[in-house]
Amino acid sequence: MARNILVVAEVRNGALRPVSFECIAAGRTIAEGGSVTAVLLGQADVDGSELIARGADRVLVAKGDYLKEYTPDGWLGALQQVYLAEKPDVVLMGHTGIGRDLLPRFAMRNAAGMISDAIAVKVEGDQVVFTRPIYAGKAYVTQVITGGLIVATIRPNNVAALEADAGRSGDVVQSEAAPVDLRTVVKEVVRQAATGVDLTAAKIVVAGGRGVKSAEGFRPLYELAEVLGAAVGASRAAADAGFCDYALQIGQTGKTVTPDLYIACGISGAIQHLAGMSASKVIVAINKDPEAPIFKVADYGIVGDLFEVVPHLTREFKALLG
Amino acid sequence: MEILVLLKQTFDTEAKVTVKDGRVVDDDVTLVINPYDEYAVEEALKIREAAGGTVTVVSVGTDRVDEALRRALAMGADEAVAIEPPADADEYAVASLLAAWAKGRSFDLILAGNVSVDTGAGQTALRVAEILELPHVAAAVKVEIAGGKATVHRDAEGDTEVVEVSLPTLITAQQGLNEPRYPSVPGIMKAKRKQIARVAPADLGVDLTPRTAVTSVYQATQNRRNRMISGTAEEQARELVQLLRSEAKVV
Repeated sequence: MARNILVVAEVRNGALRPVSFECIAAGRTIAEGGSVTAVLLGQADVDGSELIARGADRVLVAKGDYLKEYTPDGWLGALQQVYLAEKPDVVLMGHTGIGRDLLPRFAMRNAAGMISDAIAVKVEGDQVVFTRPIYAGKAYVTQVITGGLIVATIRPNNVAALEADAGRSGDVVQSEAAPVDLRTVVKEVVRQAATGVDLTAAKIVVAGGRGVKSAEGFRPLYELAEVLGAAVGASRAAADAGFCDYALQIGQTGKTVTPDLYIACGISGAIQHLAGMSASKVIVAINKDPEAPIFKVADYGIVGDLFEVVPHLTREFKALLG
Repeated sequence: MEILVLLKQTFDTEAKVTVKDGRVVDDDVTLVINPYDEYAVEEALKIREAAGGTVTVVSVGTDRVDEALRRALAMGADEAVAIEPPADADEYAVASLLAAWAKGRSFDLILAGNVSVDTGAGQTALRVAEILELPHVAAAVKVEIAGGKATVHRDAEGDTEVVEVSLPTLITAQQGLNEPRYPSVPGIMKAKRKQIARVAPADLGVDLTPRTAVTSVYQATQNRRNRMISGTAEEQARELVQLLRSEAKVV
């Protein structure tokens, strides 16, 4: 059953986000002969041909000054215009800050069902089956859309993107989006001074818990993160104690992460924290307490003082990664 | 200021999740107000304390939801409404019910949690905003109401966006927005005497056909290496880096 797929692609810091490529790959696996179209909302200065190389058949660029920064009304209005013109069977987007803000309203505008935060997608018979975590990963469900338009967000780092193939060709079509009333106005954006790596999409996460002891205690973690190009996260205990911002919190309350490598420093491993990180590919635990539950979910465990071990790790990685 | 809070009852986040016969077992589990919705309740109470008005909490849930609604009343909410859940309700059906109930009641502000800790989908509140044709600001970490407008600081993937929106609007709460109060003893006594209004889905006259279906529920089994590395801190660090490169191949 051929399906036409529309992927809402995203740009961050001037570059296409890897999760957009992952969505294209997900789209390809369920298109079954249909087309995969990527749409860029307002990001006219980005090279759309990269989306073609990653598996899209064509790229639509909806232009409009009001689309330059994300607003729910602006992007939803523009996406709806593209949707009505294209009438795809499936709309996919990364489960990013924008994806989770935009697609639920888009789904409702079209009286459609939606699967949020899918980690896998496949075709079974004539159905598209999504896998997604519940209880922040304590369990999983498979879920289908029972009829009509399929809308889904895909969690970063879970579906493999296709290798870039410069030999692929396809049209990049620009068009002007009709104006939309904006009811929310972004007055200011305060960028976090942190490493600049988005926690939920990071390939490596260095996280600190109560054992970090203070805000200052996060410094060696940031130094390690910088060498690794990693994001820094925290347990609820660290956030509650005021060692760091709640934006860093990983757990059932807080963010769910699935990096390739998770380095837990001074984190005991409460159930509510494990829920947010236990699906990471490789887990390292560094903790003074050999009985800490975090070691049960760890691939590699170090019983020791994080303030001694982490600086050594930073040096070793620096030597390794040059 | 008429404020509505959309509330869901969820598992305590410290609860163990067990899957049996294809469903999550909730028999012996402590149920609480979804933590993000509790921030919404607290924020509603703070806004009412500053601006006057009423706080109404509404939830789609079975008899057990009364406990969560009672707690919101004990925290200080004025009214509570429970809508019976239809079978197989998904986000589409639940949002349709909540919006149908809220429609025509002219709330100035609707508050809800950013996400629920059970399904984690984060759809329902935004769907309600869409049905009611209200603007929304999601993941608020600070809300200021003045002159018919809300100024909201929201978490945008770690950055903070300052967003201005006119009332009426819907705002969802992110962690860090506030510290929810504990119900006071007089609050608990007062809440006991309050009626929780019950609404049947049929009374709301909306399409409740779910758009999604869960086809299986299972628990993940993780095979971990559980390899402990010994030695001095320096030796441990060196061995770990080697293992991550040569065995785990992640760096």
